[in-house]
Amino acid sequence: MIEQLDLSQVNWARAQFALTAMYHWLFVPLTLGLSFLVAFFESIYVKTGNEDWKRITKFWMTLFGINFAIGVATGIIMEFEFGTNWSNYSWMVGDIFGAPLAIEGIFAFFLEATFFAIMFFGWDRVSKKFHLFSTWMVAVGSNLSALWILVANAWMQYPVGMAFNPDTARFEMQNFWEVALSPYAISKFTHATSSSFLLASLFVMGISCWYLLKGRHQLMAKRSIAVAAVFGFLSASYCGLTGDEAAYSVAQKQPMKLAAMEGLYKGETNAGVVALGIINSEKQPGDEQRDFIFSVRVPVVLSLLANRELGSFVPGIDDLVFGNEEQGITSVASRMERGRMAIKYLAAYKEARDNNHEMAADRALQQFTLYQDDMGYGHLRSPADAAPPVATTFYAFHIMVALGTLFPLVFLVALYFLYKGNLEKQRLFQLIGLLCIPLSYIASQAGWVVAEVGRQPWAIQGLLPVHIANTNLTTGTVQTTFFIFLGLFTMLLIAEIKIMLKQIQIGPEEG
Amino acid sequence: MLGNLDYTTLQQIWWLLVSVVGSLFVFLLFVQGGQSMLFTLAHNDEEKALMINSLGRKWEMTFTTLVLFGGALFAAFPKFYATSFGGAYWVWMCILFTFIVQAVAYEYRKKPDNFLGSWAYEFFLFINGTVGVLLIGAAVATFFSGAAFALNEYNQVTWQTSARGLEAATNLFNLSFGLFLVFLARTLGGMYLLNNIDHVALNARCRRSVLINFLWMLPFLFFVLISLVTMEGFAVNPETLEVFMEKGKYLHNLLAMPLLLVLLLAGLGLVIYAVVATSFQGSTKGIWFAGLGTVFTALAIFLTAGYNYTAFYPSYADLQSSLTIYNASSSKYTLTAMTYVALGIPFVLAYVAYIWRLMDNKKLTVEELNEGENSHEMY
Ligand code: HDD
Ligand code: HEM
Ligand code: HEM
Repeated sequence: MIEQLDLSQVNWARAQFALTAMYHWLFVPLTLGLSFLVAFFESIYVKTGNEDWKRITKFWMTLFGINFAIGVATGIIMEFEFGTNWSNYSWMVGDIFGAPLAIEGIFAFFLEATFFAIMFFGWDRVSKKFHLFSTWMVAVGSNLSALWILVANAWMQYPVGMAFNPDTARFEMQNFWEVALSPYAISKFTHATSSSFLLASLFVMGISCWYLLKGRHQLMAKRSIAVAAVFGFLSASYCGLTGDEAAYSVAQKQPMKLAAMEGLYKGETNAGVVALGIINSEKQPGDEQRDFIFSVRVPVVLSLLANRELGSFVPGIDDLVFGNEEQGITSVASRMERGRMAIKYLAAYKEARDNNHEMAADRALQQFTLYQDDMGYGHLRSPADAAPPVATTFYAFHIMVALGTLFPLVFLVALYFLYKGNLEKQRLFQLIGLLCIPLSYIASQAGWVVAEVGRQPWAIQGLLPVHIANTNLTTGTVQTTFFIFLGLFTMLLIAEIKIMLKQIQIGPEEG
Repeated sequence: MLGNLDYTTLQQIWWLLVSVVGSLFVFLLFVQGGQSMLFTLAHNDEEKALMINSLGRKWEMTFTTLVLFGGALFAAFPKFYATSFGGAYWVWMCILFTFIVQAVAYEYRKKPDNFLGSWAYEFFLFINGTVGVLLIGAAVATFFSGAAFALNEYNQVTWQTSARGLEAATNLFNLSFGLFLVFLARTLGGMYLLNNIDHVALNARCRRSVLINFLWMLPFLFFVLISLVTMEGFAVNPETLEVFMEKGKYLHNLLAMPLLLVLLLAGLGLVIYAVVATSFQGSTKGIWFAGLGTVFTALAIFLTAGYNYTAFYPSYADLQSSLTIYNASSSKYTLTAMTYVALGIPFVLAYVAYIWRLMDNKKLTVEELNEGENSHEMY
């Protein structure tokens, strides 16, 4: 039997993974976007030969380097954490999941690491053109690493291109291209990168706004804003489009996550979206309590967004948990029943095979294949387990979307003032620009909370719940490493922020 | 083409590839070796800055190779990835902690307002260069001395000690292996710095450190080699796939695969030659010979652990749980797909080597640190 471990240990392991991933993601989006912005600045320098642009390039590059170092520091633990804390997961799906991680190492990280040295120390060792090429390579390398890790993550949300092998009792890859080119992976990659470009543009614009507020480095600030606002506006628009695409993928492949994102308990054919709302935290799946304490709704739109079809049915949490015959949705309870059968027949198959009872083995295997699609459900303890934490998912999603609607407007306003030529006088706008830096980080973190909390209890959607994915460790051990990570990363974060602020205060070299 | 390779061949190819990455990592530990000598080789801040900036252009290579080593093991031998990282939890965590602090140390050491002070970041580098390398050595040594795990029928790992892998560092063989690696890294570090920096006093000290660290390395090396050829090894019965203890197993492996014996001896010979050339003939190119020698030696050691029906990650707690390259690998499909991916490796190696030469054709000098175009970015 697959051993189920102490629940509190699983929760500590989840907390540790969430902590380390969220720290990593504090630095990654800036790397992804700022690398391109630096490449733009340097391209302008090489094109115009104007030394001012070189100073601009070097200033943003310094901030890039400070952020990059801690991004790498928080990244290495992620690479090994699947093994250390999710060893059963690593064995069960390593055949598929390991490949993108290895590809990322070979093709993306080396590109970054190699050209990074030139970008920082090569100014007088290589030609101008080659230096520019290196800067571009760092940007491409960073974004390639995003690609492969997001392929891996998308596969966990929507597992494709694989099959369960009863002989080894693990999932094995059947088609590499299905994994790499899964539509879910593509929507994840385009959305995560465009949102990162957006975040970095807001970062550049916000800091430049601070200089304008202080009346320092006005020329460099305005030039930086001009580039960031154009890039930011394009990215923000694209981010909205790809966000819609991401939501569509979720609706199709993870209806339970979508229902949680919208706080939708009872499915509807003309489902609306909640523009604003306060969730009733007492509400449990299946009970008759009201879902929202307060809400403002826009009717009908959800059906359109989720299924690209007016009047289509969007299942709610209750439909998904308890089943809805009319819509052809099987209840979790009966899937759990089938899952338990699958587990039973798999064990019978193994035993018969070990004892060389070929007939019995064949019979057990046949039975197993009837039920195997629901095997993951066999590990759930109660049907309500199949629903994620609704409030967290709902609020995170709405915060992200609200901010995602706001950001393009901010860039538009910046472009308008630049066009008018009076940006340096707009104190209010400069303040808003500065405020947008923390907001962009909040939106970005919220996005991952939606993606990851919303897919609970599954490590692999529908196949492997988190509580059998983890390593057999004691709760105390995981608690200890959790607090070590908390202390260590917080210390490094403080150092990073202090160094960053100091460099901003020092500002670019004056020409 | 690659689709026609049989499963066994693929498994052997992937053990070779993982071993190559691992061996390159051992060579690149010269960065860690250099870091461990930060407080002894440099006599003032300027010399320290030279060392740190010289190592600082290479540390990412070592780091990334470690990451790739992890990723390649995950893709090709997921059962090892799950068993070892999940099982020997504390060893790997401790190793990772030293690499986490290393990654920020170069960039943050000299920046104003860095919260912890330069000393702390230098200390991080030192810890990474000593404790980090020692633990890696001890962990790799368990390929021969075994570890304390058991796997159930669904391959879930349980570990028999509460030290979760740290107990490896208390075994004499593992410890010697770790210390051997530390001194090897320091020997390489001295040669690298000598080759990369132009500074009379520092160069002279590097030269001396090469010889001293090499001499310190020898007893541990001898102990490791003698233990290796005399110890009982974890052998696999080719018919029943049962694991059993065989006297002199690793010696038998070397004799059965004479190419490995040649690699091992040639590797050690190259390292010795490099030390002699550095210490007595005034050469600054020792790092290339010692580097190649290190790669050969490490390759011979990794391959001895995995080939010729040997359990590469053995369990002394439950012999039949031991991992071999055949029972721990990915499916044939994945190994084939990954072999296509691996065709890209020579290309990656080529541009890494090209950029390395481009960046290193001028030695690092005090002038460049203080007045060069890059002085603003210096660590
Ligand atoms: C600055 C950050 C930012 C902004 C403004 C937005 N997003 Fe986002 N979103 C992310 C940053 C992000 C992210 C951090 O990059 C996520 C997490 C996982 C992923 O692939 O991207 C994400 C995930 C994510 C998901 C979950 C996908 C999954 O479960 O895999 C959905 C449905 C959306 N987004 C939808 C939107 C919509 C409709 C937006 C409105 C314009 C929006 N996002 C703006
Ligand atoms: C970098 C941004 C990421 C953030 C902020 C993030 C956040 C989280 C959070 C909050 C959890 C815990 C969910 C819960 O238990 O309620 C979690 C779990 C997890 N995430 Fe992510 N995640 C990120 C990226 C990834 C990626 C890229 C992968 C895979 C490649 C991944 C794989 C996992 C796994 C394996 C778990 C543990 C199992 C589970 O709890 O589902 N995460 N993550
Ligand atoms: C659990 C999932 C993840 C793992 C295992 C992981 C692993 C790593 C590792 C090992 C590094 C250091 C690489 C080096 O040696 O230079 C790193 C850095 C990086 N990772 Fe992650 N990562 C994860 C999540 C993500 C996500 C979700 C993204 C982007 C979408 C991402 C993008 C990057 C980038 C751009 C860097 C460069 C360093 C920096 O940002 O400062 N990673 N990651």
